[in-house]
Amino acid sequence: MQKRLLVKGNEAVAMGAIEAGCRFYFGYPITPQSDIPEYISREFPKVGGTFIQAESEIASINMLLGASACGKRAMTSSSSPGISLKQEGISYMAGSELPGLIVNIARSGPGLGGIDASQSDYFQAVKGGGHGGYHTIVLAPHSVQEMYDLTMLAFDLSDRYRVPAMLLGDSVLGQMKEALIPHPYVAPADLPAKDWAVSGKAGRAQRVVKSLYLGDGELEAHNWKLHRKYQEMRERETRCETAGLDDARLLVTAFGVTARIAKTAIRMAREEGLKVGLLRPITLFPFPDKAFADATARAKRVLCFELNTGQMVEDVRLSVSRDADVFFYGRPPGAGSLPTPEELLAQIRKHYKD
Amino acid sequence: MNHEVFMAGFGGQGILLIGNLLAYAAIREGRNTSYFPAYGVEKRGGAATCTVVVADGEVGSPVIGNPGAAILLNPLSMEKYFGRVRSGGLCIVNSSLIEESGESRSDLRVLRLPLNELALEIGDARLLNMIAIGAYAELTGAVSLDALKAALADALPERNHRFIPLNVQAIDLGAAHARAALGAAA
Repeated sequence: MQKRLLVKGNEAVAMGAIEAGCRFYFGYPITPQSDIPEYISREFPKVGGTFIQAESEIASINMLLGASACGKRAMTSSSSPGISLKQEGISYMAGSELPGLIVNIARSGPGLGGIDASQSDYFQAVKGGGHGGYHTIVLAPHSVQEMYDLTMLAFDLSDRYRVPAMLLGDSVLGQMKEALIPHPYVAPADLPAKDWAVSGKAGRAQRVVKSLYLGDGELEAHNWKLHRKYQEMRERETRCETAGLDDARLLVTAFGVTARIAKTAIRMAREEGLKVGLLRPITLFPFPDKAFADATARAKRVLCFELNTGQMVEDVRLSVSRDADVFFYGRPPGAGSLPTPEELLAQIRKHYKD
Repeated sequence: MNHEVFMAGFGGQGILLIGNLLAYAAIREGRNTSYFPAYGVEKRGGAATCTVVVADGEVGSPVIGNPGAAILLNPLSMEKYFGRVRSGGLCIVNSSLIEESGESRSDLRVLRLPLNELALEIGDARLLNMIAIGAYAELTGAVSLDALKAALADALPERNHRFIPLNVQAIDLGAAHARAALGAAA
């Protein structure tokens, strides 16, 4: 039997990063993600990694930019207010076509907000949180196992496309413990060599990593190049989990921890004889729009469930079949409790039609 | 079969430790489990709660609105959560701190145990959490007592492993009281 461990979500991210060969971490502590730097600072010395607790979030994202420019697998992690501080650096990484992993174990906002779980950073994550019209790859785990698996995938996708990747979790996923099977990392055989890395030019031509393009037409060409990469990712890299689509009359969609709540609510609805299906986006960018179009060719009612007042629902509305009705249920954090499966079940009953 | 238990008390009563212990025991039995803690920023005295799900299939929600069982260790938890336990479920109540008030439910099995006093009887007030989890495991069969005891080595830091025998004793005491209560009810 494979080894099954009981692991905290944040630690699973750290374990996945180390297993995937990440040897550079730069960060600044913030609840509820500090288990990640804590774990890495303990384990990196054993594998020859470099851990730096920087003087600020802004310093740490720029250290990530630097390590990545040298061709190294590197990461940072933070939580919502800290991720806001990193946006300038993320934009520069996107402009410089640098890979790298940014982990957001989101808490509630706006501003300093609180430490409750929240999904209010969806817009910031998927629409390009900084300036300049870029995208990051955004992966949304919904279990401790996926915190591990998708951390590895994020590094691979980021390296493949030379686009920064974000793992978007929340304080429930970060703090909860579940079974983890820590399978070994296998690098995809077709990952391109980092023949752009500034690793010392002795014996070869100069390489330049930059986001400044002043030559006539250069910046437009650069932006078209970025755009083509985003289009290619939309074609090739969308991922989602579906269940019960064959006979579903109502489709529930949710990402991250709310998808977990949804799974139990759907099971309860099925026990009542309601034909309810699930579509859980795993990639938030690229968004699995075709999966929504296909599913709503049959199920004409969609209930989007989020831990905010309505963000992903906008992408759902853009993706579904024209004659599908999209409903929304969510609430902002701060009530001192999370929405329960029973609460969502009441919404399923409300919007269900045979 | 799925077991969901909600545990609540104040920081320092060991709620998070027995939540962890139950989850480690479930892993030892090859089951699926989730342990979801929620607590205040205080180390002691604040509210501490956790939800543990033990399942044979996929664990769905780690958050449960109406759990099948609850372990309530202080009056505030009783006030807030007693009403939420699912009809037909089980509630273990720390009668040392929670007075028998107007709140009663005939649709639940309610086991009132003077956990503080029982813990003192075996030598340490801090063992009250282990007595509660022993009673819970005995009454629900969510995990075996053996798995619970074995999991002490996983849940406790190495430096505290010397206390394992005392904790085993507390788990057994809780289970014995649960069996006695069952016998009295039958």
